[in-house]
Amino acid sequence: MAAMAKLTADSRAAARGWSDLTIRNLFIIPTILFLIVFNIFPLIYSLGYSFTDFRASVSEPANFVGLQNYRELLADPYIWRNFSVTAKYVIVSVGGQMIVGFGVALLLNRAFPFKGLVTTLLLLPMMMSMAVVGLFWKLLYDPSWGIINYALGLGTFDWLSNPDMALYAIAITDIWMWAPFVMLLSLAGLSAVPQHLYEAAAIDRAGRWYTFTRITLPLVAPLLLIALIFRTMEAFKTFDLAFIMSGQPTTEVIAIRLYKMAFQEWQTGRSCALAYIMLIIVLAITNIYVKYLNRVKER
Amino acid sequence: MLKRTLLGMLAGATVAFAGVTASAQEELTIFWAEWDPSNYLQELANQYTAETGVVVTVQTTPWPDFQTKAFAEFNAHGDAYDIVVGDSQWLGAGSVGGHYVDLTDFFAKHKLTEAFAPATVQAYAEYPKGGGKYWAIPTEGDATGWAYRKDWFEDPAEKEAFKAKYGYDLDVPKTWAQMRDIAEFFQRPDQKRYGIAIYTDNAYDALVMGFENALFSYGGELGDYSSYKVEGIVNSSEAVAALESYKELYKFTPPNWGKTFFLENNQAITEGLAAMSMNYFAFFPALANKAANPYADVTGYFANPAGPSGKQHAALGGQGMSIVSYSTKQEEAYKFLEWFVREDVQKKWAELGGYTCNAKVLESAEFRQATPYNEAFYQSMFMVKDFWAVPEYAELLTQINNRIYPFVVGGEGSAKDALDGLAADWTATFKKYGRL
Repeated sequence: MAAMAKLTADSRAAARGWSDLTIRNLFIIPTILFLIVFNIFPLIYSLGYSFTDFRASVSEPANFVGLQNYRELLADPYIWRNFSVTAKYVIVSVGGQMIVGFGVALLLNRAFPFKGLVTTLLLLPMMMSMAVVGLFWKLLYDPSWGIINYALGLGTFDWLSNPDMALYAIAITDIWMWAPFVMLLSLAGLSAVPQHLYEAAAIDRAGRWYTFTRITLPLVAPLLLIALIFRTMEAFKTFDLAFIMSGQPTTEVIAIRLYKMAFQEWQTGRSCALAYIMLIIVLAITNIYVKYLNRVKER
Repeated sequence: MLKRTLLGMLAGATVAFAGVTASAQEELTIFWAEWDPSNYLQELANQYTAETGVVVTVQTTPWPDFQTKAFAEFNAHGDAYDIVVGDSQWLGAGSVGGHYVDLTDFFAKHKLTEAFAPATVQAYAEYPKGGGKYWAIPTEGDATGWAYRKDWFEDPAEKEAFKAKYGYDLDVPKTWAQMRDIAEFFQRPDQKRYGIAIYTDNAYDALVMGFENALFSYGGELGDYSSYKVEGIVNSSEAVAALESYKELYKFTPPNWGKTFFLENNQAITEGLAAMSMNYFAFFPALANKAANPYADVTGYFANPAGPSGKQHAALGGQGMSIVSYSTKQEEAYKFLEWFVREDVQKKWAELGGYTCNAKVLESAEFRQATPYNEAFYQSMFMVKDFWAVPEYAELLTQINNRIYPFVVGGEGSAKDALDGLAADWTATFKKYGRL
């Protein structure tokens, strides 16, 4: 049967004039070449640079320095401060997005007039450019005439100039922008929960909390975890919002430090090492999530 | 027929190629940041085009992107730019990195060390300082000065109230102590009036230039530029007092003043927010323009005041024009520079709004009276001091920003701690690059 199906597929491709080999050559090989040239090669090349004292701004050859860049970076208190700022930002921002996004999805997961329009409008923030959102929220946070202080009756409260508040202000903006993404995935998960499970729970007189924790949450969890993976990776790499909205050391996330090191200070070798440290951290976090996701799926 | 067609095509291609080659010979690209002086330079260059037929394009990019874009091109050994009008701090990286053409012979041939104001030659052209090698033509002289609201200062009621409170007349501040008093006096948040606008942005050199105004006038220094010794210099008692004084001024700034540079500081005047505002002179033309500043008629200007011991200095801004060593049109670039350094061209440059560094033009009464801020600019250009111009200057900038920003804006720690930490950072950096 399988052989028959293959024969039919082959004859269809042959009828179109394209063999499997042609299709592979036309589509897969260019893609692989593209990936090798623009992703794999720079990745390996920069790994080499990370063990040198290379500076792209001077015409001097790179000297091999072994693990010195990695050692110095990991011993640098400023880098640890950048990592701690990033960790705080990831926790606040992604945590907020998960709570707000999932909460809104729960509210939207019912029939009401103009549901489609409301859902589409809620998705608008994540369709905007990060730079535009950053500049826009800078105006909203303005202590003199920003609408946030006016609406909350906070007078001339400093959001972005206040070192203790600036990171939270940026995280709020990120939550506003990306909670809709979590909402979208959660809605997809919620709509896929079989209705008969709720009916069975109702017959068994299960409470709302019990239904939520035993039916809704476990079934939506895989999609929520996917949202968590994507948002954590993105938040870890955050650059635009923090760069545009504030210059506080308390908001200098690791990606901003990397940018300054690579393109303002031209410490090319050292910045390659920092990029690799970041890559390893992101891979480790993602790995943990993926393992957990697989366990959730198996349940 | 086919042969004739092919021959025709070949001839066309030859003509087209020749045209491309000819036009390539007659075009020059100058790279600079996006601001008014680059527009003035384009106007000036248009006159060069009219005289010689060589098309000169001044290509610009926004300030925050300027350094990154220029060095990305240098590092790629690209020939997109023939001339770059680079920041004074770039001299080390530009010359040591091999990106700039050595203009020492050009300087000698045209006697430029005599033609340009000495401070500008040292700041914009020479690297290492005192080494007698020149890499740029002083182009846009600049320093930080101050704009102020003349109408507020001259209001009889304000004058009376000020004298009653501080015991001396309200006038243009002659010292940093007076400037602090005036800033405090005009700090009236309930009236949406604030004392002073200073640079606080820690992204590049804004905050550092602002602090330098205090540092140099207080008698402090960033270090010994010849020996690279910084310990005991950048954290001297004068430097600590200067940093404390700068932080003191931050108390009298408008709200949300924690990340401000030239744009915000001009807005402080155009929006009637502050009594005094620090800025580079290059940004003052906008303040004298009634279309951009409703208070243009009542805006005055003064040079950076003196410190407690009477020393008076200002932080240097400005740029010099260098030939990019990867340019394929260096001969044309030299011709343009030869034209640019002529005294009559420098005069035109000043008339268009450029801040010439030509000594004769700068000292002329005509120049000093041409605008309401030229006199203050003239005074400043003879007392300017600059940041380090070593190739690793950007690392030094990051380190000083890391140390002083949390103190000035965040109120963390003390000035002494910040500068002691800075001395340690800079010593380690200079050791890393084999300078100590």
